[in-house]
Amino acid sequence: MGHLAFDVAHLLAGGLVLVSFMLLYQGRLYALLNVFALHAFVLALSVAWQAEVQDAPHLYVTAVIALTFKAIAIPVALHRIIQRLGVHREIETVVGIGPTMLVGMGLVALSMAVMLRVTIDADPLARQDLTSSLSVVLLGLLMMVTRRNAVGQVVGFMSLENGLVLAATGAKGMPLVVEISVAFSILIAFIVIGIFLFRIRERFDTVDVQALDKFRGGRR
Amino acid sequence: MFAMSLALVANNIGIVWVAVELATLTTVLMVGIYRTHEALEAAWKYFILGSVGIALALFGTILVYMAARPVVGEGVDAMVWTVLMEHGAGFDPALLNLAFVFLLLGYGTKVGLAPLHAWLPDAHAEGPTPISAVLSGLLLNVALYAVLRFKLLLAENVGAIAPGPLMMTMGLVSLIFAGFMLYRRRDIKRMFAYSSIEHMGIIAFAFGIGGPLANFAGLLHMTMHSLTKSAIFFAVGHIAQVKGTQRIADIRGLTESHPWLGWALVVRVAAIAGLPPFGIFMSEFLLVSSTFAREPLLAIILVLGVLIALGALFKHLGAVAFGEPTGGMKPVEASYVPLYAHLALVLGAGIYLPPPLVSWFQNVAAMLG
Repeated sequence: MGHLAFDVAHLLAGGLVLVSFMLLYQGRLYALLNVFALHAFVLALSVAWQAEVQDAPHLYVTAVIALTFKAIAIPVALHRIIQRLGVHREIETVVGIGPTMLVGMGLVALSMAVMLRVTIDADPLARQDLTSSLSVVLLGLLMMVTRRNAVGQVVGFMSLENGLVLAATGAKGMPLVVEISVAFSILIAFIVIGIFLFRIRERFDTVDVQALDKFRGGRR
Repeated sequence: MFAMSLALVANNIGIVWVAVELATLTTVLMVGIYRTHEALEAAWKYFILGSVGIALALFGTILVYMAARPVVGEGVDAMVWTVLMEHGAGFDPALLNLAFVFLLLGYGTKVGLAPLHAWLPDAHAEGPTPISAVLSGLLLNVALYAVLRFKLLLAENVGAIAPGPLMMTMGLVSLIFAGFMLYRRRDIKRMFAYSSIEHMGIIAFAFGIGGPLANFAGLLHMTMHSLTKSAIFFAVGHIAQVKGTQRIADIRGLTESHPWLGWALVVRVAAIAGLPPFGIFMSEFLLVSSTFAREPLLAIILVLGVLIALGALFKHLGAVAFGEPTGGMKPVEASYVPLYAHLALVLGAGIYLPPPLVSWFQNVAAMLG
C-alpha cells in the first residue's frame, strides 16, 4: 500500500472525527442538518477511497448509498419535517457546549488509547479506521445524551451509524452482507423515526423529549 | 417472529445481528401501537436504547471479524460461526476482549440486564399484552442467546478474559435490583416486567458460572420462564380487560369475582416465584445447589435475591387475588386454553421431565462448557 493511499485514508477518517465535533457545537437545527450532510459526504468520500485502495468494487455501492441517502435525502427530508412542524429552531442542550467539547476530547483520547493498544497486529490502515470510527461512535453517543430535542438525538444516532459504516469498510474484505444491512437498517430506522416524529408532534405539539418525561410523573 | 427465528438459526454473526435488529424495529412499532402518551414514551425510549445497544453490538461484531481475519482469511468465512469456533484459539485475545465487552453491552441492553434495563418495564407495561408476552418470552431469550454464542467463542480462546464473571456480576445485580424494585410497583404489568429482569438475571448468572449442571439449570430456567411468563401476561391481559385498569391498587378480590382467572393467576405467580412443584423451582434448585458447591458466598446472594422477589410477588398477589372484590365484574370473553396449556407444561416439567428432553438439554449444556 502506497504512502499516499494511507495518508488520504487517514485524512478522511480524521475529517470525519472533526465533523463529529462540529456536530456537537451546532446551536441551530438547520445548521445541524447541514453539518450532518457534510458528515455523510466525508463518509462517502472515505468509503470510496477505501474501495479504491482495497480494490473492492462493492464498497463503491456503499459509498453511493451514503452519498445519496444520508448526505442528500435524509437532510432534505428532515428539513421538510422541521418546516412542517415549526419546531423551535434552537437546540437545547442538557450540558453546556464547553464541557461537552471537553468530554468529547476525552472520548477520542479514550478510543485511541483503547484501539491502538489492542490492534497492534492489525494492518495500519484498519487500525486508524477503527480508532477514528470508535471516536465517531462515542461522539454520536455523547450527542444523543446531551440533546433534549428529538431531531438532535436522531442526528446523533445517524452520525453514530456513520461511524459504524466507517468501521465496517475499514475491516478489509468484510462481506457485503453487512454493508447492505447497515444501509437498509438506516432506511428502516429513518422511517420509524419519521413516524415517531409525526406522532410525537400529534400528541405533544413539540418535539422536545423533555415533554415526554413529564408523563412519567403521574404514573408512578 | 420470523426475524427472531432467523437470529436463532443463522450461522453468520452478521445475519444474527441483522435479525436482532429487525426484531427490535418490529417490536418498537408494536409497543407504540396504542398511541397514548405513555405508549409513545415507552416506544421512543425502547427505540433509542435498543438501537444504541444494537449499534454497540455491531461494533463488537466488526471487532470479532477483525480478530478472525488474520487467522481465517478474508471474506464470508470469517463471519461464520462454525469456522469461527474451529479457529477460535488463534484469535488475538485483546481484540476479542474488547469485542465481547461491546457485544455484552449491546445485546445485554436487549436482554435487560441491570444497568441497561431502563426500556424494559415501560415497553412491557405500555405495549399490548401479547407483545409483552412476546418480548418477555422470546426476544429477551434471543438476545441472551446471541451473548451466549459469543461467550462460547471467548471460551475457545485461552488468552481472552473469562466472560463468566462479567455475566455473573450483571446477573446478580439484575436479580437483586429487580427484586427490590418489585416492592414498589403499582402497575401490574410493570411488576411482571421487573420479574422478567429478575429471571434474566438468574439465567445470565447460571450461564456465567458455567459447568454442565449450571448450564442445564440455565437452559431449563429459560424454557420454564418463557412458558410461565407468557401465561402470566395472557392472564394479566384478561384481568386488565375485565377490570378496566392495570393499577394493582384497583384490582382486588380476583378469586371471588373471577375464580378461574384469579386462581390461575395465583398458581402462576407461585410458579414464577419458584415454588415447588413447578419447573422453575427445579431449575432454581439445581442452580443454587451447583453454586453452593463452587461459590458458597455467591449462592447466598442468589438465594437472598430470589427470596426478596418471592416476598414482593406474594405481597402484591395477596392484595390482587383475595379480599373484597372491586372493579368491573364483566365476564371474560376469551379462551382459557392458552393459559392452562402453558401452565400444564410447566407443572408437568416440574414433576417429571421426559428423558429425551433431559438428554437433549444435557448435550447442549455440555457443549456450552
